[in-house]
Amino acid sequence: MIPALTIILSFQLIGEVASRGLGLPLPGPVVGLVLLVLCCVLRPELAEKLRGVAQGLLGHLSLFFVPAGVGVIAHLPTLAQHGIGLALALVGSTVLAIAAGALTFAAVARMTGAGDE
Amino acid sequence: MNDAALIWSYLASQPLLWLTATLAAYWAGDTIFRASGRRSIANPVLIAVVILAVVLGISGTAYQTYFEGAQFVHFMLGPATVCLGLPLYDNLRRIRRAALPVIAALFVGSLTAVVSALLIGRAFGLDRSLMASLAPKSTTAPVAIGIAESLGGQPTLAAVLVLLTGIFGAVIATPLLNALRVTDWRARGFAVGVAAHGIGTARAFQVNETAGAFAGIGMGLNAVLTAILAPLVLSLF
Repeated sequence: MIPALTIILSFQLIGEVASRGLGLPLPGPVVGLVLLVLCCVLRPELAEKLRGVAQGLLGHLSLFFVPAGVGVIAHLPTLAQHGIGLALALVGSTVLAIAAGALTFAAVARMTGAGDE
Repeated sequence: MNDAALIWSYLASQPLLWLTATLAAYWAGDTIFRASGRRSIANPVLIAVVILAVVLGISGTAYQTYFEGAQFVHFMLGPATVCLGLPLYDNLRRIRRAALPVIAALFVGSLTAVVSALLIGRAFGLDRSLMASLAPKSTTAPVAIGIAESLGGQPTLAAVLVLLTGIFGAVIATPLLNALRVTDWRARGFAVGVAAHGIGTARAFQVNETAGAFAGIGMGLNAVLTAILAPLVLSLF
Protein backbone atom coordinates (compact mmCIF):
# COMPACT_ATOMS: atom_id res chain seq x y z
CA MET A 1 0.00 0.00 0.00
CA ILE A 2 2.79 2.45 0.90
CA PRO A 3 4.70 2.07 -2.43
CA ALA A 4 1.48 2.53 -4.42
CA LEU A 5 0.43 5.55 -2.36
CA THR A 6 3.88 7.09 -2.73
CA ILE A 7 3.77 6.65 -6.51
CA ILE A 8 0.25 8.14 -6.73
CA LEU A 9 1.21 11.16 -4.60
CA SER A 10 4.38 11.60 -6.67
CA PHE A 11 2.31 11.84 -9.85
CA GLN A 12 0.16 14.49 -8.19
CA LEU A 13 3.27 16.32 -6.99
CA ILE A 14 4.88 16.31 -10.44
CA GLY A 15 1.54 17.37 -11.93
CA GLU A 16 1.27 20.25 -9.45
CA VAL A 17 4.82 21.43 -10.20
CA ALA A 18 4.26 21.15 -13.97
CA SER A 19 0.88 22.93 -13.77
CA ARG A 20 2.24 25.88 -11.81
CA GLY A 21 5.70 25.94 -13.36
CA LEU A 22 4.45 25.92 -16.95
CA GLY A 23 1.28 27.95 -16.24
CA LEU A 24 -1.00 25.21 -17.64
CA PRO A 25 -4.79 25.77 -17.53
CA LEU A 26 -5.14 22.31 -15.91
CA PRO A 27 -4.86 21.73 -12.16
CA GLY A 28 -2.05 19.51 -10.82
CA PRO A 29 -4.06 16.32 -10.21
CA VAL A 30 -5.41 16.33 -13.80
CA VAL A 31 -1.84 16.73 -15.15
CA GLY A 32 -0.88 13.85 -12.82
CA LEU A 33 -3.71 11.77 -14.29
CA VAL A 34 -2.46 12.35 -17.85
CA LEU A 35 1.14 11.53 -16.84
CA LEU A 36 -0.04 8.34 -15.10
CA VAL A 37 -1.78 7.13 -18.28
CA LEU A 38 1.35 7.85 -20.35
CA CYS A 39 3.60 6.01 -17.88
CA CYS A 40 1.21 3.01 -17.78
CA VAL A 41 1.37 2.81 -21.58
CA LEU A 42 5.19 2.79 -21.44
CA ARG A 43 5.40 0.48 -18.39
CA PRO A 44 2.26 -1.73 -18.12
CA GLU A 45 3.54 -3.28 -14.85
CA LEU A 46 3.01 0.13 -13.19
CA ALA A 47 -0.78 -0.24 -13.64
CA GLU A 48 -0.74 -3.59 -11.84
CA LYS A 49 1.35 -2.18 -8.99
CA LEU A 50 -1.18 0.61 -8.37
CA ARG A 51 -4.38 -1.28 -9.05
CA GLY A 52 -5.33 -2.34 -5.50
CA VAL A 53 -4.88 1.07 -3.87
CA ALA A 54 -6.34 2.94 -6.86
CA GLN A 55 -9.50 0.82 -6.82
CA GLY A 56 -9.79 1.36 -3.06
CA LEU A 57 -9.62 5.15 -3.52
CA LEU A 58 -11.99 5.21 -6.51
CA GLY A 59 -14.46 3.02 -4.63
CA HIS A 60 -14.93 5.90 -2.18
CA LEU A 61 -14.63 8.78 -4.63
CA SER A 62 -17.95 10.26 -3.41
CA LEU A 63 -16.66 10.59 0.16
CA PHE A 64 -13.93 13.03 -0.85
CA PHE A 65 -16.51 15.56 -2.11
CA VAL A 66 -18.30 15.82 1.23
CA PRO A 67 -16.13 18.52 2.92
CA ALA A 68 -16.44 20.88 -0.08
CA GLY A 69 -20.17 20.12 -0.26
CA VAL A 70 -20.69 21.21 3.33
CA GLY A 71 -19.37 24.61 2.15
CA VAL A 72 -22.94 25.23 1.03
CA ILE A 73 -23.68 26.49 4.57
CA ALA A 74 -21.26 29.37 4.11
CA HIS A 75 -23.20 30.53 1.03
CA LEU A 76 -26.75 30.20 2.28
CA PRO A 77 -27.41 34.01 2.12
CA THR A 78 -26.37 34.19 -1.57
CA LEU A 79 -28.27 31.01 -2.37
CA ALA A 80 -31.38 32.34 -0.61
CA GLN A 81 -31.23 35.65 -2.51
CA HIS A 82 -30.58 34.19 -5.98
CA GLY A 83 -31.81 30.68 -5.26
CA ILE A 84 -34.39 30.31 -8.01
CA GLY A 85 -32.15 31.62 -10.80
CA LEU A 86 -29.16 29.55 -9.71
CA ALA A 87 -31.25 26.42 -9.11
CA LEU A 88 -32.96 26.62 -12.51
CA ALA A 89 -29.63 27.31 -14.23
CA LEU A 90 -28.05 24.25 -12.57
CA VAL A 91 -31.02 21.94 -13.11
CA GLY A 92 -31.78 23.08 -16.66
CA SER A 93 -28.23 23.09 -17.94
CA THR A 94 -27.35 19.74 -16.32
CA VAL A 95 -30.39 18.00 -17.84
CA LEU A 96 -29.70 19.56 -21.25
CA ALA A 97 -25.96 18.75 -21.13
CA ILE A 98 -26.45 15.10 -20.13
CA ALA A 99 -29.16 14.62 -22.76
CA ALA A 100 -27.25 16.41 -25.54
CA GLY A 101 -23.97 14.64 -24.73
CA ALA A 102 -25.47 11.13 -24.54
CA LEU A 103 -27.62 11.53 -27.67
CA THR A 104 -24.68 12.97 -29.63
CA PHE A 105 -22.39 10.13 -28.54
CA ALA A 106 -24.95 7.46 -29.44
CA ALA A 107 -25.81 9.08 -32.80
CA VAL A 108 -22.19 9.58 -33.89
CA ALA A 109 -21.29 6.05 -32.74
CA ARG A 110 -24.09 4.70 -34.93
CA MET A 111 -23.17 6.87 -37.95
CA THR A 112 -19.46 6.05 -37.83
CA GLY A 113 -20.00 2.43 -36.85
CA ALA A 114 -17.82 2.91 -33.76
CA GLY A 115 -19.23 -0.12 -31.97
CA ASP A 116 -17.95 -1.44 -28.68
CA GLU A 117 -15.87 -4.62 -28.28
CA MET B 1 -16.36 25.81 33.47
CA ASN B 2 -17.68 22.27 33.83
CA ASP B 3 -16.13 19.13 32.40
CA ALA B 4 -18.40 18.86 29.39
CA ALA B 5 -17.51 22.39 28.32
CA LEU B 6 -13.80 21.63 28.77
CA ILE B 7 -14.06 18.49 26.67
CA TRP B 8 -16.02 20.40 23.99
CA SER B 9 -13.49 23.22 23.85
CA TYR B 10 -10.73 20.63 23.43
CA LEU B 11 -12.59 18.77 20.69
CA ALA B 12 -13.53 22.00 18.91
CA SER B 13 -9.83 22.89 18.58
CA GLN B 14 -8.74 19.50 17.18
CA PRO B 15 -9.30 17.92 13.75
CA LEU B 16 -10.43 14.60 15.28
CA LEU B 17 -14.08 15.52 15.88
CA TRP B 18 -14.97 16.80 12.40
CA LEU B 19 -12.86 14.22 10.63
CA THR B 20 -14.79 11.49 12.47
CA ALA B 21 -18.08 13.27 11.85
CA THR B 22 -17.37 13.47 8.10
CA LEU B 23 -16.66 9.74 7.87
CA ALA B 24 -19.66 8.88 10.05
CA ALA B 25 -22.01 11.07 7.98
CA TYR B 26 -20.77 9.47 4.77
CA TRP B 27 -21.10 6.01 6.30
CA ALA B 28 -24.70 6.85 7.21
CA GLY B 29 -25.33 8.18 3.69
CA ASP B 30 -23.81 5.09 2.09
CA THR B 31 -25.83 2.78 4.37
CA ILE B 32 -29.06 4.57 3.45
CA PHE B 33 -28.05 4.43 -0.23
CA ARG B 34 -27.52 0.65 -0.05
CA ALA B 35 -30.67 0.10 2.02
CA SER B 36 -32.67 1.98 -0.63
CA GLY B 37 -31.53 -0.54 -3.26
CA ARG B 38 -28.98 1.94 -4.73
CA ARG B 39 -31.65 4.40 -5.80
CA SER B 40 -30.07 7.52 -7.31
CA ILE B 41 -32.19 9.87 -5.19
CA ALA B 42 -30.51 8.47 -2.03
CA ASN B 43 -27.16 10.00 -3.08
CA PRO B 44 -24.58 9.37 -0.31
CA VAL B 45 -22.89 12.79 -0.80
CA LEU B 46 -26.22 14.59 -0.56
CA ILE B 47 -27.21 12.73 2.61
CA ALA B 48 -23.81 13.29 4.25
CA VAL B 49 -23.84 17.02 3.40
CA VAL B 50 -27.34 17.47 4.83
CA ILE B 51 -26.44 15.59 8.04
CA LEU B 52 -23.25 17.63 8.54
CA ALA B 53 -24.93 20.95 7.70
CA VAL B 54 -27.61 20.26 10.32
CA VAL B 55 -25.03 19.20 12.94
CA LEU B 56 -22.89 22.29 12.28
CA GLY B 57 -25.97 24.51 12.46
CA ILE B 58 -27.15 23.03 15.76
CA SER B 59 -23.69 23.10 17.37
CA GLY B 60 -23.02 26.63 16.08
CA THR B 61 -19.80 25.53 14.38
CA ALA B 62 -18.32 27.70 11.63
CA TYR B 63 -17.48 26.08 8.28
CA GLN B 64 -13.85 27.15 8.77
CA THR B 65 -13.64 25.14 12.01
CA TYR B 66 -15.28 22.15 10.39
CA PHE B 67 -12.93 22.27 7.43
CA GLU B 68 -9.82 22.14 9.64
CA GLY B 69 -10.84 18.59 10.49
CA ALA B 70 -12.40 17.64 7.18
CA GLN B 71 -9.46 18.86 5.08
CA PHE B 72 -7.83 15.43 5.39
CA VAL B 73 -10.76 13.91 3.52
CA HIS B 74 -10.82 16.86 1.08
CA PHE B 75 -7.11 16.33 0.38
CA MET B 76 -7.79 12.82 -0.93
CA LEU B 77 -9.61 14.36 -3.96
CA GLY B 78 -6.17 14.98 -5.52
CA PRO B 79 -4.77 11.42 -5.33
CA ALA B 80 -8.20 10.02 -6.29
CA THR B 81 -8.20 12.24 -9.41
CA VAL B 82 -4.77 10.87 -10.34
CA CYS B 83 -6.14 7.32 -9.86
CA LEU B 84 -8.82 8.00 -12.51
CA GLY B 85 -5.93 7.52 -14.92
CA LEU B 86 -6.06 3.78 -14.29
CA PRO B 87 -9.58 3.02 -15.64
CA LEU B 88 -8.69 5.41 -18.47
CA TYR B 89 -5.57 3.36 -19.26
CA ASP B 90 -7.55 0.09 -19.02
CA ASN B 91 -10.02 1.42 -21.61
CA LEU B 92 -7.61 3.17 -23.98
CA ARG B 93 -8.35 0.77 -26.83
CA ARG B 94 -12.11 1.24 -26.50
CA ILE B 95 -11.66 5.02 -26.28
CA ARG B 96 -9.57 5.07 -29.48
CA ARG B 97 -12.27 3.04 -31.23
CA ALA B 98 -14.84 5.60 -30.08
CA ALA B 99 -12.70 8.68 -30.82
CA LEU B 100 -15.28 10.40 -33.05
CA PRO B 101 -18.31 9.99 -30.74
CA VAL B 102 -16.11 11.06 -27.80
CA ILE B 103 -14.99 14.28 -29.51
CA ALA B 104 -18.49 15.12 -30.77
CA ALA B 105 -20.17 14.45 -27.42
CA LEU B 106 -17.46 16.39 -25.59
CA PHE B 107 -18.02 19.57 -27.61
CA VAL B 108 -21.81 19.33 -27.62
CA GLY B 109 -22.07 18.44 -23.92
CA SER B 110 -19.54 20.98 -22.70
CA LEU B 111 -20.93 23.85 -24.78
CA THR B 112 -24.53 23.01 -23.82
CA ALA B 113 -23.60 23.03 -20.12
CA VAL B 114 -21.93 26.47 -20.19
CA VAL B 115 -24.26 28.24 -22.65
CA SER B 116 -27.56 27.01 -21.19
CA ALA B 117 -26.50 27.79 -17.61
CA LEU B 118 -25.53 31.35 -18.58
CA LEU B 119 -28.70 31.88 -20.66
CA ILE B 120 -30.92 30.84 -17.75
CA GLY B 121 -28.76 32.85 -15.32
CA ARG B 122 -29.10 35.99 -17.43
CA ALA B 123 -32.86 35.51 -17.71
CA PHE B 124 -32.96 35.69 -13.90
CA GLY B 125 -30.74 38.77 -13.81
CA LEU B 126 -27.72 37.23 -12.08
CA ASP B 127 -24.84 39.69 -11.75
CA ARG B 128 -21.39 39.37 -13.32
CA SER B 129 -19.71 37.69 -10.36
CA LEU B 130 -22.49 35.10 -10.04
CA MET B 131 -22.36 34.39 -13.78
CA ALA B 132 -18.57 33.88 -13.60
CA SER B 133 -19.06 31.49 -10.66
CA LEU B 134 -21.76 29.62 -12.59
CA ALA B 135 -19.95 29.22 -15.93
CA PRO B 136 -17.54 26.41 -14.92
CA LYS B 137 -20.02 24.44 -12.77
CA SER B 138 -19.87 21.23 -14.84
CA THR B 139 -16.12 20.78 -14.40
CA THR B 140 -14.31 19.13 -11.52
CA ALA B 141 -14.04 21.35 -8.42
CA PRO B 142 -10.32 22.31 -8.50
CA VAL B 143 -10.57 23.31 -12.17
CA ALA B 144 -13.83 25.22 -11.65
CA ILE B 145 -12.33 27.16 -8.75
CA GLY B 146 -9.40 28.21 -10.91
CA ILE B 147 -11.65 29.22 -13.83
CA ALA B 148 -14.08 31.18 -11.61
CA GLU B 149 -11.17 33.04 -10.02
CA SER B 150 -9.69 34.08 -13.37
CA LEU B 151 -13.14 35.26 -14.60
CA GLY B 152 -13.84 37.42 -11.55
CA GLY B 153 -16.24 35.01 -9.84
CA GLN B 154 -16.33 33.77 -6.24
CA PRO B 155 -14.17 30.62 -5.93
CA THR B 156 -15.96 29.10 -2.92
CA LEU B 157 -19.39 29.76 -4.42
CA ALA B 158 -18.16 28.12 -7.63
CA ALA B 159 -17.14 25.06 -5.59
CA VAL B 160 -20.63 24.86 -4.06
CA LEU B 161 -22.32 25.20 -7.48
CA VAL B 162 -20.02 22.46 -8.80
CA LEU B 163 -21.04 20.18 -5.93
CA LEU B 164 -24.75 20.88 -6.38
CA THR B 165 -24.44 20.24 -10.13
CA GLY B 166 -22.66 16.95 -9.46
CA ILE B 167 -25.22 15.76 -6.94
CA PHE B 168 -28.14 16.75 -9.17
CA GLY B 169 -26.49 15.14 -12.20
CA ALA B 170 -25.86 11.91 -10.27
CA VAL B 171 -29.49 11.82 -9.12
CA ILE B 172 -31.10 12.64 -12.49
CA ALA B 173 -28.78 10.72 -14.87
CA THR B 174 -30.31 7.22 -14.66
CA PRO B 175 -34.00 8.23 -14.95
CA LEU B 176 -33.19 10.84 -17.65
CA LEU B 177 -31.11 8.48 -19.80
CA ASN B 178 -33.68 5.69 -19.40
CA ALA B 179 -36.40 8.09 -20.56
CA LEU B 180 -34.26 9.05 -23.58
CA ARG B 181 -33.71 5.32 -24.28
CA VAL B 182 -29.92 5.64 -24.48
CA THR B 183 -28.65 2.09 -23.90
CA ASP B 184 -24.97 2.50 -24.89
CA TRP B 185 -23.09 2.48 -21.54
CA ARG B 186 -20.26 4.46 -23.13
CA ALA B 187 -22.65 7.26 -24.17
CA ARG B 188 -24.43 7.28 -20.79
CA GLY B 189 -21.21 7.41 -18.77
CA PHE B 190 -19.44 9.90 -20.99
CA ALA B 191 -22.32 12.41 -20.95
CA VAL B 192 -22.59 12.20 -17.15
CA GLY B 193 -18.84 12.73 -16.74
CA VAL B 194 -18.93 15.82 -18.99
CA ALA B 195 -22.00 17.35 -17.29
CA ALA B 196 -21.52 16.25 -13.68
CA HIS B 197 -17.74 15.66 -13.20
CA GLY B 198 -16.49 13.48 -10.32
CA ILE B 199 -19.76 12.98 -8.47
CA GLY B 200 -21.42 11.90 -11.70
CA THR B 201 -18.41 9.66 -12.36
CA ALA B 202 -18.67 8.11 -8.89
CA ARG B 203 -22.34 7.44 -9.58
CA ALA B 204 -21.55 5.96 -13.00
CA PHE B 205 -19.05 3.54 -11.42
CA GLN B 206 -21.81 2.38 -9.05
CA VAL B 207 -24.06 1.57 -12.00
CA ASN B 208 -21.70 0.07 -14.58
CA GLU B 209 -17.90 -0.35 -14.98
CA THR B 210 -17.91 0.80 -18.63
CA ALA B 211 -20.06 3.82 -17.81
CA GLY B 212 -17.65 4.69 -15.00
CA ALA B 213 -14.57 4.50 -17.20
CA PHE B 214 -16.14 6.69 -19.91
CA ALA B 215 -17.44 9.12 -17.26
CA GLY B 216 -13.87 9.54 -15.99
CA ILE B 217 -12.74 10.32 -19.54
CA GLY B 218 -15.58 12.80 -20.02
CA MET B 219 -14.70 14.54 -16.78
CA GLY B 220 -10.99 14.77 -17.62
CA LEU B 221 -11.54 16.05 -21.17
CA ASN B 222 -14.18 18.55 -20.09
CA ALA B 223 -11.83 19.97 -17.45
CA VAL B 224 -9.52 20.95 -20.32
CA LEU B 225 -12.24 22.15 -22.69
CA THR B 226 -14.15 24.26 -20.12
CA ALA B 227 -10.94 26.04 -19.15
CA ILE B 228 -10.82 27.22 -22.78
CA LEU B 229 -14.58 27.61 -23.51
CA ALA B 230 -15.89 29.30 -20.35
CA PRO B 231 -14.00 32.62 -20.79
CA LEU B 232 -15.00 32.78 -24.48
CA VAL B 233 -18.69 32.09 -23.83
CA LEU B 234 -18.85 34.42 -20.81
CA SER B 235 -17.44 37.28 -22.91
CA LEU B 236 -20.53 36.99 -25.16
CA PHE B 237 -22.89 37.64 -22.22
